[in-house]
Amino acid sequence: MPETAPVVTLDNVTVTYAKNAALRDVTTAFAPGAVGLLGPNGAGKSTLIKTLLGFIVPDRGQMRVLGLDVAVSPLEIRARVGYMPENDAHIPGMNAVSFVAYCGELAGLPRVDAMQRAHEVLFYVGLGEARYRNVETYSTGMKQRIKLAQALVHDPDLLFLDEPTNGMDPKGRDEMLELVRDLAHNKGVNLILSSHLLPDVEYTCDAVVVMDKGAVATAGPIAALKQPRGRVYELRVKTSTGDAESFLERLRAAGLECHATDEDVMRVFVPGEGGARELFALATAERVQVRHLRPSVPTLEDVFAHAVGEE
Amino acid sequence: MSPIHDQGYRRYGGLKARTGTGWMVITRAGIRSQLAKRAFLGLLLLSFLPFFARAIQIYLAVNFPQTGDLLAVKPDLFRQFLDQQQIWVFFITVYVGAGLIANDRRANALQIYLSKPLTRAEYIFGKLAILMAFLLLVTWVPALLLLIVQIAFAGNFTFLLKNLYLFPAITVFAFIQVTMVAAAMLALSSLSKSSRYVAILYAAVIFFSQAIYGVLTVVTRSTQLSWISFPANLSQLGDVIFRMPSKYDTPWPVALLMIVLLIAVSGFILERRVRGIEVVA
Repeated sequence: MPETAPVVTLDNVTVTYAKNAALRDVTTAFAPGAVGLLGPNGAGKSTLIKTLLGFIVPDRGQMRVLGLDVAVSPLEIRARVGYMPENDAHIPGMNAVSFVAYCGELAGLPRVDAMQRAHEVLFYVGLGEARYRNVETYSTGMKQRIKLAQALVHDPDLLFLDEPTNGMDPKGRDEMLELVRDLAHNKGVNLILSSHLLPDVEYTCDAVVVMDKGAVATAGPIAALKQPRGRVYELRVKTSTGDAESFLERLRAAGLECHATDEDVMRVFVPGEGGARELFALATAERVQVRHLRPSVPTLEDVFAHAVGEE
Repeated sequence: MSPIHDQGYRRYGGLKARTGTGWMVITRAGIRSQLAKRAFLGLLLLSFLPFFARAIQIYLAVNFPQTGDLLAVKPDLFRQFLDQQQIWVFFITVYVGAGLIANDRRANALQIYLSKPLTRAEYIFGKLAILMAFLLLVTWVPALLLLIVQIAFAGNFTFLLKNLYLFPAITVFAFIQVTMVAAAMLALSSLSKSSRYVAILYAAVIFFSQAIYGVLTVVTRSTQLSWISFPANLSQLGDVIFRMPSKYDTPWPVALLMIVLLIAVSGFILERRVRGIEVVA
C-alpha cells in the first residue's frame, strides 16, 4: 500500500441503535499520519471507532482499515491496530506489567517478547516506576497511560485513541499529548485521535475529520481547512445611535458572516478578495465609525464552529 | 554498543502468532492467577481428601480380603466417588467461575479483549476452559487415578478388564457434568458485574430447582418430575452411564435433553452478553 493511501476509508456507513441513527451515510477517508476525529458529544466519534473495530456491525456501508475489509478480515485488522478506549478498562487482578504483557500475548506476541515489550512501553508512557503495582490502585492519569501502553504493546500500524486526555490534570495532559505527537511524527505510527477538545487535536494532528450528529461535517488537512476563502477581521465600530444591529444587518445583507465575540467586538468574514476595503465602504454607507480593524488568524475552533453550524 | 538501554518506543520486528490461539493465552493466565491464591490451593487440596480415602479403601480391600463386602472394590465405587465430588464441584465452580466474566465486565475488560485479534467464541472458550480444567481436576483426574491405584495395588488388570466400560463411563460422565456446570456458571457470570451476586444466583438456581423438585415429589408421590432439578438430571444420566438402576422415573433421554437445553440456553446468553460494547436501548 503506498504511503499516501488512506489508512481508513468509510463508504456510506450507517449505524442505528434501536431507532436512533448514530452514523448517517458516513463517507470519508483518514490519511496516514495523525488524524483528529472531532465533534461534540454524541456526534458519533466513538461509534465510528467501534464500528471500525468490528464491535458494531453497520446497517449498511463498507469500511476498509489498512487496506482490509472490516467485514471480511476483522481479526487481521485487530492484529494490526491498537485501541485505547474512552472509559476505564483493564484486566482485573493484574499488575501493570502483567496486564500489558498479557495484552501483547493476546495480540499474538510470543510470551518472552510480550514481557519485554511490556517493560519497554511502560517506560515509554511514563509508568516504568509503577509497573509492578496493581492497575486497580492507579490514579486516573495513570490509567490513561496504561491504556495507551496496552494499545501499543504489539506495535500496531494504526492506533485508535478515544479521548486520551480524559480526566487528566494539565501536566499529565501535556505529557499524554506529547506522547501522541511523538508516536505520530517520530515513530511512524498512524493514529486516529477522537476528541472534543480542539487544542488536543490541533497540537497532535495534521488532518481532521469533523463529525456532527452522526455525519461528517468537514474533513481535510488542518492547515488547508484553516485557510479561509476570504479574510477574517476583528472589528469594533461606533454608531450614532449606539446600536450596531442595523450595521450588522447591512453586513449580512452584503453576504458577510458576522459573529459577535465580545461586547463591542465582532468577527467578520469577508469572502473573496474584497477585504478591508469592502468593510470600510459599507461602514461609510451606514455612517458608522470604524474604531478598530485587525485581520484575524482563523483557528481550528473557527473551522469546527463553521462545520457544525455554531456561532 | 551503548551501555544505556533506550527506553523510547521501538517498532517490533519479531513474529506474531497466527490468530485462533488467543483462547490458550486466556486459559493459561486464568489458571495461573487461580493457582496463585492460597485459599484456592487449600480448596483444591481439600477436594482431594475423598480421593485419598478411596485410595486407602482400595488398598485395604486388595490387601485385606477379610474386610469382605464392607470395603470391596466394585464398579459403583467410581460412581459414588464422582457423586461425592459434587460438593467440591460446587465450591470450585462458585470460587473460580463467578468472577470469570463478571469481573471483566466490571473492569470494562471486554473491549480490551475484543480489540485484540480474538473472536467472542475464543474469549468464551478461553474462560470456559479455565473452569473446566479445574473441575476435571477434581472429577475426571482423581476418578481415573483411582482406576490406576486399583491396578497398582492389585498388581493385575483383572478388575479393569472385567469393567472395561469404566474408563469411558468416567470420562463421559465427568465431561457432561463439567460442561453443564461450567456453561451455566459462565452464562450467569456474564449477566452481572458482581461476582458475589453471581455466586448467590448460581447457588439459588441449584438449590431452588432441587427444592421445587423435592416439594413436587412429596405432592405427586412420584419422581417423574425430576427433570426440574439439574442435579437430579445429572444423577439420572450418571446411573445410565454407569449401568446402575435409575433412582428416578423420568426417562433418561428427558434428563439428557434438559442438560443439553441448559447448555444451549447458556450459549445463547453468552452470545448476547459477550460483546465489545454495551448498548442500552
